[in-house]
Amino acid sequence: MTTAAKARVLITLRPDILDVQGQTIQASLKSLGFKSVKSIRVGKLIEIESDEDVDAMTKALLVNPIIEDFKVEVL
Amino acid sequence: MTVAVIRFSASNCDRDTRYVFEHVVQAKCDFVWQDENELPADVRAVVLPGGFSFGDYLRAGAMAAHRPIMKAVKRFAEGGGPVMGICNGFQILCEAQILPGILMPNHHNRFVCSTVELKTPGGGLGALKNYAPDETIKLPIAHHDGRYYANDDDLMRLTRDQMIALTYVDKDEHNNAKVNGSALGIAGIFGGPTRNVLGLMPHPERRSELCLGGTDGVRMLQSLLS
Repeated sequence: MTTAAKARVLITLRPDILDVQGQTIQASLKSLGFKSVKSIRVGKLIEIESDEDVDAMTKALLVNPIIEDFKVEVL
Repeated sequence: MTVAVIRFSASNCDRDTRYVFEHVVQAKCDFVWQDENELPADVRAVVLPGGFSFGDYLRAGAMAAHRPIMKAVKRFAEGGGPVMGICNGFQILCEAQILPGILMPNHHNRFVCSTVELKTPGGGLGALKNYAPDETIKLPIAHHDGRYYANDDDLMRLTRDQMIALTYVDKDEHNNAKVNGSALGIAGIFGGPTRNVLGLMPHPERRSELCLGGTDGVRMLQSLLS
């Protein structure tokens, strides 16, 4: 079995975008006793094994630039 | 003269939508699978129905927006053909960049299912030509990701160019919809060269028969054929 290049795409919400998932998690943590959480933002981690152009994949489908930023880490 | 209802993997409002076109509007209506390359030769209007296409995985509507049929839908829309995207269909139109902006999770992060009051600032225009300007109507909504968001420039342009078709009546102090946080209370917007594209989160096909609660929705479905 041949292996291909590995990359990690980290997708985060742009800082000015309201993150309701993060807020909901923050509220749940508060009810568990973690009362001083300043902020929680939830993103996505996509691990890709491929020799094709991962940057092109992010632009074609993986990321919506209206609300998301991303970073590609080549492993 | 066929109304084409596009079916994506895990669309689920396709049959209800076709039912209303066939039995209430009384129009010829066909399903078109997402991987077709062309619309029917006699296509009169295209409808992207509601559902959870591709499980809403990655982002709602993101993968459906890239299926082969969407190239034909985009060409049809650019040529002035009537296109209506209902709920998931609205999300798909935004992801396909046929309409600006994006639908995000409701501000309270819950799925909301209720009948809401809407206004028609787009009344008299496009698919809302059978409605009066600023008419109050009631339509059901059922969504988790109905909060319309666009950058300030796009919101300004939508307002200035009268492309806001439907708004939720109840808004908060920031002018966002109380029911899901939608910017400017936007429930639906027009697009295309002649407002021939309408994307909306409410379900007009679920409010087209008196026995099911009301008929405020049927006029916009009828307008796709006239």
